[in-house]
Amino acid sequence: MSRQYVIRRILIAIPSIFGISVILFTVLALAPGDPFSELAANPAIPPEVAAALRAKFGLDDPVWTRYWHWLLAMLQGDWGFSFASRINVDTLIMQRLPTTLIVIGAAQLLAMLVALPVGVLAGTRPYSIFDQIANTFAFIGFSLPTFFTGLLLILVFSVQLDWLPMVYRADLSATGWQWCWEQLKQSIMPVTVLGLFQAAQLVRYVRSSVLDVVRLDYITTARSKGIGERAVIVRHVVRTALIPVVTLVALQMPIVFGGALVTEQIFRVPGIGSLLISAMQSNDTPVVMAVTFVLSCLVVIFNLIADILYGWLDPRISYR
Amino acid sequence: MNERELRGLIGQVKAGALSRRAFVQRMMAMGLAAPLATQLLVHAGVAMAQSRPSYKPTKRGGGGPLKLLLWQAPTLLNPHFATGNKDREATRMFYEPLAGWDGDGNLRPALAAAIPGREDGTLAADGKSVIWRLKQGVVWHDGKPFTADDVVFNWQYASDPAAAATTSATYKDVKVEKVDDHTVKVLFDAPTPFWALAFVGTQGMIIPKHLFADYMGAKSREAPANLKPVGTGPYKFKDFKPGDMVMGETYPNYHMPNRPHFDSFEMKGGGDAVSAARAVLQTGEYDFAWNMQVEDEILQRLEKTGKGRVEISPGGNIEHIQLNTTDPWTEIDGERSRLGTKHPTLSDPAVRQALIVLVDKDSVEKFIYGRTGNATANFVNNPEKFRSKNTKFEFNVDKANDILEKAGWKKGADGIREKDGKKLKFVYQTSINQPRQKTQAIVKQACQKVGIEIEVKAVTASVFFSSDVANPDTYTKFYCDLQMYTTTMTQPDPELFMKQFLTEEQATKANKWQGRNITRWSSKEYDDNFKAGQAELDPVKRAALFIKANDMVIANQVVIPVVARPAVQAMTLKLKAAMSGWDNNTWDIQDWYKDA
Repeated sequence: MSRQYVIRRILIAIPSIFGISVILFTVLALAPGDPFSELAANPAIPPEVAAALRAKFGLDDPVWTRYWHWLLAMLQGDWGFSFASRINVDTLIMQRLPTTLIVIGAAQLLAMLVALPVGVLAGTRPYSIFDQIANTFAFIGFSLPTFFTGLLLILVFSVQLDWLPMVYRADLSATGWQWCWEQLKQSIMPVTVLGLFQAAQLVRYVRSSVLDVVRLDYITTARSKGIGERAVIVRHVVRTALIPVVTLVALQMPIVFGGALVTEQIFRVPGIGSLLISAMQSNDTPVVMAVTFVLSCLVVIFNLIADILYGWLDPRISYR
Repeated sequence: MNERELRGLIGQVKAGALSRRAFVQRMMAMGLAAPLATQLLVHAGVAMAQSRPSYKPTKRGGGGPLKLLLWQAPTLLNPHFATGNKDREATRMFYEPLAGWDGDGNLRPALAAAIPGREDGTLAADGKSVIWRLKQGVVWHDGKPFTADDVVFNWQYASDPAAAATTSATYKDVKVEKVDDHTVKVLFDAPTPFWALAFVGTQGMIIPKHLFADYMGAKSREAPANLKPVGTGPYKFKDFKPGDMVMGETYPNYHMPNRPHFDSFEMKGGGDAVSAARAVLQTGEYDFAWNMQVEDEILQRLEKTGKGRVEISPGGNIEHIQLNTTDPWTEIDGERSRLGTKHPTLSDPAVRQALIVLVDKDSVEKFIYGRTGNATANFVNNPEKFRSKNTKFEFNVDKANDILEKAGWKKGADGIREKDGKKLKFVYQTSINQPRQKTQAIVKQACQKVGIEIEVKAVTASVFFSSDVANPDTYTKFYCDLQMYTTTMTQPDPELFMKQFLTEEQATKANKWQGRNITRWSSKEYDDNFKAGQAELDPVKRAALFIKANDMVIANQVVIPVVARPAVQAMTLKLKAAMSGWDNNTWDIQDWYKDA
């Protein structure tokens, strides 16, 4: 893989990120709603207050002027401030990022820990009982939306059994082991819901990838050389089969930063996803803009990383 | 009720023949808020009832953590920029006003030493000034003393137009003078019968001068204390994550003895109302959840688990149906529902009368809102037990049929009534919200029985309530025949509230639909009556004029009140907290405690 290729991809990424920002900004500007509608609905607050705020925050300017201001500020590292809380957007995002990384990261980890062994086992023994059970569960897993499984878990484990808390708190007051225990207890439900949902998709993917590789001639050769089944699978099948899976995981990385919109809302996890939802509800354009823009950048970057990884892992693929 | 009767009642209270409470309840039935009723008594020389908390703990702290759940999360902690109740509830944990309103509409001092009154001369006889004596020895969380300078500063801060404070309406028309270190005088341009607005209740929280003085006006966003409040309240700031949570701990030098009971508090935001109700009533994970916009049926089921209770306090919110007076279906100069046009069918009083008896309020209360909405005939609040006998409402399909028949609206081949080729077909819009869609269905069904066709329309709340000039579906544009929503009475004085029927307040394209009169109803009689009320120096005469204004709105069928919506909160059984429909839920947070 040539260095030229990487440079070219990076150069292509710049206009696409720029284009994304234009589209996002236009869509947000065209969307109905107004950040100060709560003020407008309150008769105790004169309309001049909302009008003064609109003027102060530059909301009365034409869309292109606003976009230009935003872009110039963004290039200088100024992300603007939230209309709702009047705090700098980067501070807001940094407050939410650790929670999202912990919860969604743990969920991704759980997904991989479950999906890899199950997928490989199912793929090497296609149509066995185990494979059929795994398949059934995978189908159920990705057919059930997270808002359903989330509420189900809350009903069973919080309401009926009273084992786990239904509200996730980022600032636990406990310390030491107590903290670890409480953190574990409150993480179980959101991580399980998200992790198993991801795992269900990943299992299908790993399985089909393993299935493709197992049939190849070089595996038959390896077996006929007398290498043990275990070694054949671990050293020959899995290594090759996981190449597409690695890229898939890389492509999913932006989600780890972006949070899970629905699950975060159900469990009140104060992550990026819930920040985005509340910002959208209150038409807090700078926050929505920043979060979606950062996410699109991450998608572009991880696409690039996935491509490069792919070429590096699989020498059969060459980029020019 | 006219002025003479009102005076008679006040006389009875003075003579001790009528209890203060009974008087307030009578006034509420007339559509006056409880705080206004108590102020009438104060003017007449009847001292306001001593508002006392029932607080049992005998020492500060020791109550463990207090956990509150707000399903809309607070986003900022400066009371002068609070955009909604979510912010005010949170700021009240740290900041205090001079006085707050209790559930009966009496003032209870917080930072004031006493409530101003006529007998000690702190309340001027001409209604043009009021003197507040401040509590001595109050110390801000950072150790600086609280003085009259702080109070005067808050007036300057909030009335500065460059700051665009949401409290500006309260402060821009008054003047505040420092008399001495612990006395301030609030001066009004005109005699003001309702004097307890500045520095009182939801709009009255006081921020420290020494931390905000450098951040007046346009620089207001930069103040570090916006995010780390330093107040006089029972809890001291610990942590704040906008949109997620607010935390505080006991302030050891709080100015009221033995308070607060809890060692710390945590206010968590986010999620939805139903699961918040669950977390308090069913699992007991939280002690308090506010604004339970949940169907009563669900609340009752949750209460049965025996862990929590629902507290209901009457306030000034009314779910009502507005009847368009203008023509919403003809566009002139890029504007529908334009002034000067006439609604083709709703302009007939008979049609309006028929519609009024077709709204089955009892069913709406019984099957939809339960305890969280009381059927009402008055536009200004009217709790069920004090329902006035003269403003009776009824649900009567036969009567509606009769009215329409007599007015010449005959059923056509399709079963829909018509007259002069105009059919009784209405579009009825509201925001997307389950109880509202159910109410729409009840009204639609009743109308069908008499041959009125209703097309229901539901608009996403964020669009319906926005002030977006480009969107045709906002409630202020009112581009349909009927619409329904809850109007909120944010101040105890009805003057501002009753403005929404003034001719000069009509919402039009010219004022970007910012006028408060959305039905576009216009009546010279009402306008004159309102102006008279505004200028009236005598508080009793003034109250009588506002009661009349309320009656006119109902008698002219401008709106159909459906249910009064009290404030509904959920709390665990052990938590003792007095709620007030006239102030924030956290208005007496220092007096909250848990039974051992």
